Amino acid sequence: MHEIVVISGKGGTGKTSLTAAFAHLAESKVICDLDVDAPDLHLLLAPKVVREEAFHSGHEAVINADRCSGCGTCLDMCRFDAVVAGGDTYRIDPTRCEGCKVCVAFCPEQAIDFPSRHCGAWYVSDTRFGPMVHAQLFPGQENSGRLVSVLKKEARRLAEAGGHDLILCDGSPGIGCPVISSLSQATLAVIVTEPTPSGVHDLERVATLCDHFRIKVAVIVNKYDLNADHTARIEVLCREKGYTLAGRLPHDNEVTRAMVRCQAVTEGGDTDFGLHVRHAWTTIQGLLNT
Amino acid sequence: MIVAVASGKGGTGKTTVAASLAVSWPRAVMAVDLDVDEPNLHLFLKPQITEIETVTLEVPEVDETKCTFCRACAELCQFKAIAVMGKAILTFPEMCHGCGGCMAICPEGAIGVTTRELGVMERGTARGRVACLTGRLRIGEAMSPPLMRHVRARMTAEAELQGADILIDAPPGVSCPAMSAVADSDVIVLVTEPTPFGFYDFTLAWEAFSPLGKPMAVVVNRAGLGDGRVYDFCREHGLPVVAEIPYRRDIAEHYSKGLVLAELDEGLKEQFAGLCRTLASLAKERDHA
Repeated sequence: MHEIVVISGKGGTGKTSLTAAFAHLAESKVICDLDVDAPDLHLLLAPKVVREEAFHSGHEAVINADRCSGCGTCLDMCRFDAVVAGGDTYRIDPTRCEGCKVCVAFCPEQAIDFPSRHCGAWYVSDTRFGPMVHAQLFPGQENSGRLVSVLKKEARRLAEAGGHDLILCDGSPGIGCPVISSLSQATLAVIVTEPTPSGVHDLERVATLCDHFRIKVAVIVNKYDLNADHTARIEVLCREKGYTLAGRLPHDNEVTRAMVRCQAVTEGGDTDFGLHVRHAWTTIQGLLNT
Repeated sequence: MIVAVASGKGGTGKTTVAASLAVSWPRAVMAVDLDVDEPNLHLFLKPQITEIETVTLEVPEVDETKCTFCRACAELCQFKAIAVMGKAILTFPEMCHGCGGCMAICPEGAIGVTTRELGVMERGTARGRVACLTGRLRIGEAMSPPLMRHVRARMTAEAELQGADILIDAPPGVSCPAMSAVADSDVIVLVTEPTPFGFYDFTLAWEAFSPLGKPMAVVVNRAGLGDGRVYDFCREHGLPVVAEIPYRRDIAEHYSKGLVLAELDEGLKEQFAGLCRTLASLAKERDHA
């Protein structure tokens, strides 16, 4: 089983547009959108949901005002500034509560409930390119990587059941918890970057993270013709670090035009940009079997 | 006055707008990068760094000679950061949120404090007048909220002391880090692009931030690209579109050189000076409301 995770460090470099194109080009795969915070892949793939599951993760503290004596123990002990004074009693700010249970355990009146936290929903869907697993976290919830792990597990189950030999994942920006979770068990990280100071800076950080977990890296430079110096820097970095340069894509409005049509950029006739993407995909496929 | 620049979708131009506001700001200002996963604001403001502080989190260290393996700590810990197996106790510092529960609950006083490095906080000055504060997560560190908390505490304390306004470059998304980045603000600037991805994530951001009851203003970047749905949405929801940055190749090239957009030409300079005034009056309206 191969698992490709498309990431970038910096947001907006073209991860999702390229993942959709690879989903179009790959033969037999399960598609997985691991950006559970601001997912966009569904906008191109128009998934028909066949299964929906609620996602619960951790717990949250809720002070029962009737039983609260206003002693302030919770306020003193909370390290997340989640306890808010209100008159003679206290309440918990749910956006700050990390669900550590300290206030619950130490409240002398046992006035704090600790219900499980409903954080979002995840879905198994059908798309024109095959099965897809995706999710949506509710706004403001902790993006702990647990939902990412749930999606990856389900994608693997579907791939094994359906005889698919590839899981193709759209990752999230950044280098923290959700990205670390998305890299677990990955065969290859495809990092999409752009020749800008932010693109290069963020590529270096996220590629170092992949090195840290010993995950093979391929790099795609999007809008490579925007800045020759930075493109050259990225190429040097790839050579020095042993990353495969899987493609150089021109700055082209075709990406946005395809997005407006709700299509992958390789669908609907051969364009110059589409051919570049097909070429990159061939290189990536070659990497899977080495 | 605190202005947070946020977006939902990554790569819509938050940093471009934050950097341009910082150089155009008419009063004392501190520019704060709270996108600690991938901080980029310094690449454009290029501050001279005068202080680098290592930021840590308090995590448990068990004195096994005192531990009776009663399991109180392991039963309390919600993050699987401490485990007791027979006559052995193990800690997993990378899982720890630093709540201090294990230390407080241990009846033997066997749990002391050690630290885990979260990253660094850098303080500097750009152009001789813009105070810059950046959080930078250590590569391999999973949790950004505790580092963000540290940077926010410094930001609030220092800005108050100096009477400076604050410009926050927020992380993308609408989950906990993005929400905490805008929590202190008086005005939220939502930067979007008129594409289907930009629009969808913009609606997520609106949904997430509007319950906070703060004034919001919209900057449309790459105007002329994509479709017009974001404008319809703003009209319907009474959200002011306070600036449009045109989709132009010279703007993309200027950005790719690490230059500040407000300094590309006179028109953009005037546009951002106007944006500073608009944001100040939005914040003032809020004070009077």
